[in-house]
This record gives sequence, C-alpha cells and structure tokens, in this order.
Amino acid sequence: MARLSSIGRWFEERAGLGAAVTPVLDHPVPRRTASWWYTFGSATVALFVLQIVTGICLAFVYVPSADKAFESLLYLNYEASFGWYLRAMHFWGSNAMVAVMTLHMIQVFLWGAHKYPRELTWIVGVFLFLCTLGMAFTGQLMRWDQDAYWGLGIGASIASRTPFIGQSVVHLMLGGPIIAGRTLSRIFTAHVFLIPGILIALVGLHLWLVLRLGVNEWPMPGRLVDRTTYRQRYDEDVHRDGVPFFPDVVRKDMVSMGLAVLIVLVCAAIFGPFGPHGVPDPTIIDTAPKPDFYFLALFALFALLPPWTETVLLLVGPPLAIVGLLVVPFVAGTGEKSWTRRPVAVLGVLLIVLTVTTLAGLGVAVPWSPVMDAWSGLPTPVEYVRGRTALELQGALVVQNKQCRNCHALGGHGGRRGPALDDVATRQTRDQLIRQVIQGGGNMPAYGKNLSPAEVNALVAFLETLRPANARAAKPVVDPRPPEAR
Amino acid sequence: MCACDGPVSPASRSRRGFLFKLGLALNVVGAALVGIPVIGFILAPIRRHGGQSWIQVGPIANFPEGETRLAVYRNPVSVDWDGPTASIACWVRRVQRDRFQVFAVNCTHLGCPVRWFAQSRLFMCPCHGGAYYEDGSRASGPPPRGLFEYEYEIREGKLWVRGGQLPTLAGPV
Repeated sequence: MARLSSIGRWFEERAGLGAAVTPVLDHPVPRRTASWWYTFGSATVALFVLQIVTGICLAFVYVPSADKAFESLLYLNYEASFGWYLRAMHFWGSNAMVAVMTLHMIQVFLWGAHKYPRELTWIVGVFLFLCTLGMAFTGQLMRWDQDAYWGLGIGASIASRTPFIGQSVVHLMLGGPIIAGRTLSRIFTAHVFLIPGILIALVGLHLWLVLRLGVNEWPMPGRLVDRTTYRQRYDEDVHRDGVPFFPDVVRKDMVSMGLAVLIVLVCAAIFGPFGPHGVPDPTIIDTAPKPDFYFLALFALFALLPPWTETVLLLVGPPLAIVGLLVVPFVAGTGEKSWTRRPVAVLGVLLIVLTVTTLAGLGVAVPWSPVMDAWSGLPTPVEYVRGRTALELQGALVVQNKQCRNCHALGGHGGRRGPALDDVATRQTRDQLIRQVIQGGGNMPAYGKNLSPAEVNALVAFLETLRPANARAAKPVVDPRPPEAR
Repeated sequence: MCACDGPVSPASRSRRGFLFKLGLALNVVGAALVGIPVIGFILAPIRRHGGQSWIQVGPIANFPEGETRLAVYRNPVSVDWDGPTASIACWVRRVQRDRFQVFAVNCTHLGCPVRWFAQSRLFMCPCHGGAYYEDGSRASGPPPRGLFEYEYEIREGKLWVRGGQLPTLAGPV
C-alpha cells in the first residue's frame, strides 16, 4: 500500500493530474441539480465511450472495401468470437445515443439551460447532435448492404438537387461518378476518422463549458435571467447552498450512465446485431430500401410533401432547421427559465416531437408504397365474386391481372396508396369510374393505353358492384338527363 | 554567452525579427505545399464529365419486341475492389425492331430501384410510390420527371448504352 501511494506521488509530482482534476470534482453546483433529469448528458457520454470501444473492436475485423465489407460483417456475425455481440452493442448503442442525446437536448431546452451565459454550450451541443446524426448515417452505410446502397442513392439524389453544383456535390459525396468501391472508402474515413475527431473535440469543449459556466440551476418560475446580474447571483447561490459535484451529483449520473450502457447490452444480447440485409448488388432490384429509425421521419416526409415543394424544402428545410436551433439562445437568451412559464417553448417541443414521431410511424407503415406482390399473393376474396355476372367476373379478373391491388386494398388486403375498393361504388358513378381508370388522376396512373375498351367495360362493371348491401350507389351530382326524362 | 539576458542590440533585434518572419514564411509555404495536394486529392472526384463510355448490354435477340426486360452491364469506371457494386442494372424496352428505350432503374424522385409490372405496363417504385408508364414518362407519385433514359446504339446486332454515372436530376445518364 505504501509502495502504491509512493508510486502515486511520483506520478503526481510529474503529471500533476490530481491537482488539475480535484477542483473539477470539488466544484460546487446548485443543490437541486442533483436530479435525475440532469443525467441524460452523462448517459450520452457513457454511450459515446461504448461506441468508441465497440467501434475500435469492429475495425479490427471490418474490411472497408466494397468487395469484402459484406463478407467481413458476416464473419463478424458468425465466426469472430463475440463479433456478433460487438456489432449488436454498436448498433443498439448508436440507437440509444441518438435517443438519449435527443432527450438531453429537450431537457436542457425546457429547463432553460440555453439561456445566458450558456449560449455557446447549446451551440456546441447542436453541432454534437449533427455530428452524431452524421455518425448514424455513415454507420448505416457501412453496413454495406442493399439498404446502404440505395440509401446512398437517396442521399445522392437529394444532393443532386442543389442548384448549379448538384452534380459536383454528388461526385464529391460518392468519391466518383457512381456508388462503388471509392464510395465506401469515403464513408469509412468519415465514420472512423473525420466525424469522431470532431466529436471528441466538441465533447471536450462542451464539458469545459459546463465546468466553466456551472451546471444550470433548477429553474424557478419568476426568477428571470438578466445579463447584468445572473452570474453574480449564480455564484452566490452556489456558494451559499451548493453541493460538491463529487460525490453529491455524480451518484445519480453514475447510475444513469451504468443503466444506459446496461440497457444497450441487454438489447444487444436479446435482439442481436442488425443486418447486413442482402448483398449490395444493384442488379437485385427486388428490394424496398428503408433507413434506420432516426431517418424514418425524413423518409416519410419525402413521400408526403407535395412534389413542387420538395426541392425547395429539401434544400432549404434542413439548413433552416439548423439555423433555427443555433439562434434559439439569441432569440430567447434571457428572461423566464421555468417551462411552466414558457408556453411557446413547451408547445414548440410538443409540436416537433409529435410531428417527428407521427412521420416516423408513417415511415414504418409506408402507406404510400405499392404492395409489390399483392397481385400474385392475394386472391380476390370469394364474397366479392359470388353471384356476379360473367361481365363482372371478367372485371374481377382485370383487377387481379392488372395488379390493381398493389395500390388498392380489397377485403382488407392490398396497398394503401389509393383508396380501398370495397365501397368504391358508393363514391363514384359509372362515368367517374371510367374516367378515373382511363385518365388517372390524383396518385393514379392513367390506364387508357394499357386496357382495351372491353377490359375497361368489364372492370367498371365489377367496380360498380362493390358497395355494402345497405349502401346506395353514387349518383351524379348533376343529372345529365333532360328534366322531363327524370 | 547567451543573448537572452542583457540589453538586446539592434542587430540582434533585427535578426530575431527576421527569424520570426522566416519561420512564419516557411510554415506558410509548407502549409500551402501540403494543402494544395490535399485539397486537390479530396476534390478530385469532381469532374465535369463522369467518364461515361459505351458498354455492351447484350445481343438484341435477348430483347423480344414489345417487351421490357432487365439487363445488366459492367460499370465502365470501376476499380478492382468494387465487388458486386460494379454491376449496374437497366430496363431495356424494345419498342420495335431497332427502336429501343433503355431506362436507368433509379427512380427520378430519390433514386430507389423501380420495378416493371408487365401486366399493368407500369414501372413502380417501392420507396415513395412513384409510377411510370412503359415509355418511361411519369405516371403518378412524387417523381419530378420521367425515368432517366440512356443513349443507345446497335452495333453488329448488339445493344450498347452510354453509362458510367449515377443518374440524378443534376446529371441524367
């Protein structure tokens, strides 16, 4: 023991780390900040460390080459000792890091921590958030499967909409004119060197700012932030009624860090690694690419935006959102901190959370996507053909053969791109049905060239029978017959 | 004797000033000499022409008249380590004898692979529900235009297309 402490003294005399760290551990923080609400940040750091450790391990085996990356992931999954578990931890850790970081961001905003004098801490945090999303995107691409290949295609298609320099941006992003070997090398460099380097530097700056400016005090309604008095009052409060950071505050932080990591480990053990899904062979086109959960909302937005707004919103929207986050502390840098007196802030957060989760939910359900195999997989239900005339049965065949159910559900099965056909006769008259089939409209292609008049006739005859027994058929708004003939 | 203590002579002051400027200049020159190749290296993929060239897709006998079939060619700008990504698919529609249409599989909306449905004579995209007619024109959904179409040539009974870059709105094939 004596020897150990003498080694410690020898080290301390030269390195002086203890002298540097002690004031950090002892620095007083407001008593009420020893709260569970204040632990999301440290949990995010713990998850980041987990990502670094597991990431370095994966890099021992992963081959960042387009021809071998997929095989090296399979090797990790099935052959390397603990390879599957490290991949699983890295995947679930990335999900958890994005999720917990988002919670941290919402918490500090609602608690008014972005206000004077912590504006810079918030700004650095915004960049940390963006870098983490960058890690999430590049990480998902390093899975180098079909989703990664087409995900890159989606990224390039968005980038190509940049005015004037669209093509240059695409080529810079892909490392060449097309998604191939050079692309993966770029993604790998970004994911393993560039972005982590920036992240580590920014995490350091973020923590330094937290230490220098002090942990945000628990907001009290009516206690306003004023640039001239805030710091003096904070110092007084902390010295009068503060507690040392170590061990008073650290206890809960440590619990939350440990819990965050353990939850990831349990998820990893139960659910295992994610993917890779399908060889990244672009000639296999029977694939429906989908992003990981953090980009599902964006994915859904692309389907739902009116096409004419798309380019503008794609290019202006994200920069605008980022600028919006960055100017928050300048627009609302003083005044009330308590969320109980900041209705706009609370409603804003609710609106954003609801929008993003609703869009993400739609991104899971993809109601706009045709069900590509509905025509071959789903027979027309018997009750829809029972007792029909020969012509109507011909129409039922047209529905089946022309893959109408890729987009229209019948009997609860089929696509949701277009309206369900079960009661179409209550909504459209014969003339309207013919017009819709031949000319298309809304989201429907025109089938005039693809159906013979006889097929259209049969199809519409069948569609006219599709209404519940007790429902009336649709009537023309204006009766075309002369009044005396009605 | 060390020149650092005692009064600094004008000669020594001018020498120190010179050394400081020299050091600064050397480092600026060094940074520039490193920076030029670094920036040039990183920006190298940006070229006006992506290096497209003519590639054979197969004998025209592979493509029956009136049908649309998937064809595969090898990307002409490939490197040895491209692996499966060196193969590129395209939809070949033989309209009539020597009249063809060759479409990129990439949806013009966001680049997902469109599939051909021979019965309804439509191309459909699984991502956001874009649909195209058999001649490649936009039928419905979010795509801003019709399918990207390759230039093609028939040489000695073989179909050739001009390819080599990811078709996007900024750079259609």
